[in-house]
Amino acid sequence: MKVRNFSKTTRSNLITYGMVIVAYIIVEIFLRAGMVSSLIEGLLVPLCVYVILAVSLNLTVGISGELSLGHAGFMCVGAFAGATFSKCVEEVITFGPLRFLLALLIGTLCAALFGILVGIPVLRLKGDYLAIVTLAFGEIIKNVVNVIYLGRDSRGFHVSIKDTISLGLEDEGEVIIKGAQGITGTPNDSTFLWGIILILITLFIVINLINSRTGRAIMAIRDNRIAAESVGVSVTKYKLLAFSVSAALAGTAGVLYAHNLSTLTALPKNFGYNMSITILVFVVLGGIGNIRGSVIAAVVLTLLPELLRGLNDYRMLIYAIILIATMIFTSSPGGQEIQERIKLFFERRKTKEA
Amino acid sequence: MIGFVSYLVNGISLGSVYAIIALGYTMVYGIAKMLNFAHGDVIMVGAFVVFSTVTGMGLPPVIGILISVVVCTVLGVVIERVAYKPLRQASKLAVLITAIGVSYFLQNMALLIYGANTKSFTSVVTVPAITLADGALVISGETIVTVIACVIIMIALSLFIKYSKSGRAMLAVSEDSGAAQLMGVNVNSTIALTFAIGSALAAIAGVLLCSSYPSLTPYTGSMPGIKAFVAAVFGGIGSIPGAFIGGILLGIIEILGRAYISTQLSDAIVFAVLIIVLLVKPTGLLGKQIQEKV
Repeated sequence: MKVRNFSKTTRSNLITYGMVIVAYIIVEIFLRAGMVSSLIEGLLVPLCVYVILAVSLNLTVGISGELSLGHAGFMCVGAFAGATFSKCVEEVITFGPLRFLLALLIGTLCAALFGILVGIPVLRLKGDYLAIVTLAFGEIIKNVVNVIYLGRDSRGFHVSIKDTISLGLEDEGEVIIKGAQGITGTPNDSTFLWGIILILITLFIVINLINSRTGRAIMAIRDNRIAAESVGVSVTKYKLLAFSVSAALAGTAGVLYAHNLSTLTALPKNFGYNMSITILVFVVLGGIGNIRGSVIAAVVLTLLPELLRGLNDYRMLIYAIILIATMIFTSSPGGQEIQERIKLFFERRKTKEA
Repeated sequence: MIGFVSYLVNGISLGSVYAIIALGYTMVYGIAKMLNFAHGDVIMVGAFVVFSTVTGMGLPPVIGILISVVVCTVLGVVIERVAYKPLRQASKLAVLITAIGVSYFLQNMALLIYGANTKSFTSVVTVPAITLADGALVISGETIVTVIACVIIMIALSLFIKYSKSGRAMLAVSEDSGAAQLMGVNVNSTIALTFAIGSALAAIAGVLLCSSYPSLTPYTGSMPGIKAFVAAVFGGIGSIPGAFIGGILLGIIEILGRAYISTQLSDAIVFAVLIIVLLVKPTGLLGKQIQEKV
């Protein structure tokens, strides 16, 4: 049999796409057979959200080399923009998929816009300063969303940061965003199939970006900014590009997330820095700059606390221990030595068998 | 006017707590060059130890605080040995994730032992409040103790670093750990000492924080931890007077923002000020500008 000669990267990328599709088919079969517990079934869309977030953050952290701790902020922008749109046109566009598609576009564009706005000042900073400023922006976005009140009546939209009464709505007016209570009654348009399609689109965008001329320029800046600049790579342009694409994709994930919930609120749990850190953990454990690794890590680490559910109160403790142990095992000199030994052991066995 | 002064006093009080935490943060960052996300959770541990010993066992507050300082110091050194020391040569991100792991660990450990319910912390301060301007302005005992403790710690720490042998070893390690090692400085024990001091300060900060704001949960430490880090960056990370000034300013901004602008937006205001400061002065108020070489 003749195998077509793909280059190594193409083959690796095809494996990544294939993996997602195969995972979808397997899950779908299990779903049809009714072998999936309702707990896991409810986790399918969030799982897709996490995968998209991890892949998009890997673009900033792995490919562009900037430590961002504000990824959840962009997700928040996307979620609220998308949900607001869906709520506004709920009666106008009754065809779910079309409405969701438009919501996705709007959420993504808003997040991209925020990515550019935040990126312009932030990307002037370096290292840990950049990390803390992205964290600050993420927290600001979350806090501001929590005080916004948006209402609509026949005269148009009304915005306030005080309360619903100060919106001055007419009697038949409708409050869309209720401050800390968020948005209620967003149409449930997110499905597992949409999630998988969005994962594939995200992968397509990120992988193609990495393997393009632009991607090589971004990686050149990461490896040596001064050298890249001296051969004519525009540092600001490429850094901003990577940052805003990453933010846009986080916005997409946000829209998917928002349309899976009946009530969307900006809590520290879902849009705070804790969320950004959770996603960063996926990226680092999956391997920095390794897209397939991010996908696998996001799935495994989201399912892990659920699988440990039997251990009740101990599960997050065990999660923490696994996290520390993995980092020490993969990154410390001692851990790397053990890895080498294991490799050597298996190689010896192979040669013996041969 | 009196209202403003009283907000200012509250701000200085909260800022002093941030400053104490930020001192620990900035020292650890200066020497180990790592963001110690678990620092905030050490504060929580410190407060819980005092809660158990003073409220639970009925020991006198002074002994409770001493036990808390000892426990946190040991905890800090153990965390450094077990989790951070193996990763001395690893990438920054690997260390950051480990610190996050440690933070989760401490939070969930506290959750297991004490449960998720909010504990009300009894203030350990017995200093009476001062009433000024015919009763219009009351400065609580907690505020007095916090501010005095903060100033004493700041001065003691500056003197320690400037004049003692191990303090100067810290300076040398933070400047260039390789060169310091060649000069005969024991880098490992210097880093351990830094963690010990930082964690002891965190314990004191935890007690002071919970005396002024008496609700205690396993997550109490994480937001003050982040804010203190913001304070450290604000003042120029690695600089001790910077951490002090940053902490105080941050506390004042937060309380004034909460009083005059919006309660819900006070955190956002704090972070916005940080962003503005960093954009104007990318290394913080008192940070050193390091020229990048090719």
